[in-house]
Amino acid sequence: MAAIDTSAANELIETDVMIIGAGPVGLFAVFELGLLDIRAHVIDILDKPGGQCAELYPEKPIYDIPALPIVTGQELTDRLLEQIKPFEPTFHFGQRIDELTRQPDGRFLLKTDIGNRFLAKVVVIAAGGGSFTPKRPPLEGIEGYEGTSVHYSVRRMEDFRDRKILIVGGGDSALDWTLNLQPIAKSLTLLHRRDEFRGAPHSVAKMRELVAGDQMQLRIGQVTALQGSDGRLEGVTIKTKEGEERLDVDTMLPFFGLTMKLGPVADWGLNLEENLIPVDTEKFETNEPGIFAIGDINSYPGKLKLILSGFHEAALMAQQAHHIIYPDKKLLFQYTTSSSSLQKKLGVR
Amino acid sequence: MAKITFIQPDGSTQVVEATPGTTVMEAAKLNGVPGIEAECGGACACATCHVYVSDDWREQVGAPSEMEEDMLDFAFDVRESSRLSCQIKVTDALDGLVLSVPAKQF
Repeated sequence: MAAIDTSAANELIETDVMIIGAGPVGLFAVFELGLLDIRAHVIDILDKPGGQCAELYPEKPIYDIPALPIVTGQELTDRLLEQIKPFEPTFHFGQRIDELTRQPDGRFLLKTDIGNRFLAKVVVIAAGGGSFTPKRPPLEGIEGYEGTSVHYSVRRMEDFRDRKILIVGGGDSALDWTLNLQPIAKSLTLLHRRDEFRGAPHSVAKMRELVAGDQMQLRIGQVTALQGSDGRLEGVTIKTKEGEERLDVDTMLPFFGLTMKLGPVADWGLNLEENLIPVDTEKFETNEPGIFAIGDINSYPGKLKLILSGFHEAALMAQQAHHIIYPDKKLLFQYTTSSSSLQKKLGVR
Repeated sequence: MAKITFIQPDGSTQVVEATPGTTVMEAAKLNGVPGIEAECGGACACATCHVYVSDDWREQVGAPSEMEEDMLDFAFDVRESSRLSCQIKVTDALDGLVLSVPAKQF
């Protein structure tokens, strides 16, 4: 199994290629680069490989992968992971590249949101629809409370001690944090739009036990407004079947799933057209030499957002990446069916 | 073909022609109806094609499936009339359907 690193070590990691995005196209890029003796690190904001295939439709069938008449998003991910295993990519999950700058020696310095740093000769952006970020409920003024009173994840439980917490949602995140934070909160209310929960049945049962024991509140309804000032939440208005009412809370944790946002890619000096990165169709390189964009995130005349297009783009990208990483080496085009050197790399010989 | 009317939050309307057998979301995307994002492309996996069915049409359109109900948990300002437009199959019986687009899909 390839090394998986989710730690926040701040040492500088040097690599030939940094692939941003561990969706199917990012994963296949590892393969095409690997055949050309290029090692890659792969980073993804999700905590697992597969991108949209794993996050949005792991169980849904895909019918247009060549030679696989039917495959689910998760199966496709698993098969790609198996295919790229010989090339031992290093994965960095749960992180987002926030900064990318070219260094005087031509390489790229990349910094993640948790402080990891990478130095790469080539950057491959395979970020699909952008990075998955928690959905922000469209409530007026919510931005002003984020990070102080409104949180989309829990990094340190202790920060929530003695708070008057409102958790919104009906899935596992909402239920898990309800159960975890209830013992340390001053008060805890779970708000969901209906009295049915998608979360694990034992979590639901435990939550209902706490409600029956008066240790927390369960309300059925939706948030309609926030009250407070200077980033401090003082209460929220909720709408229930009975009408509107105010809840006395100082902290809100909304769990409405994830959505895709282009994110920091927009700040890296790359040309953008309607949130897509224009590339040429020979090398799939952006306006910045050495930075490539493949898969759903790029645009060019005739582009189709298909996984198979991304696979093709990965293969051509790798050719140019080879020129950058091994400027003096001549690249000999070879087939995996007949080349003993490629078969050696794949570990089948 | 079925004519479907989309009402925007500002009150403006747009009538689109939808082919039976396709979904209401596909008709909206094909005709560039604002506010129907359909991030996941119709897999009932994102809740960004949320619409409100007008009262006169609710019975004809029907209620969401259990999977769709689960996904509606990820939508905002969900009402009794909420549906995900990728899960509404166009039929001739839906000719004249009137839907409202929410103020925000998140």
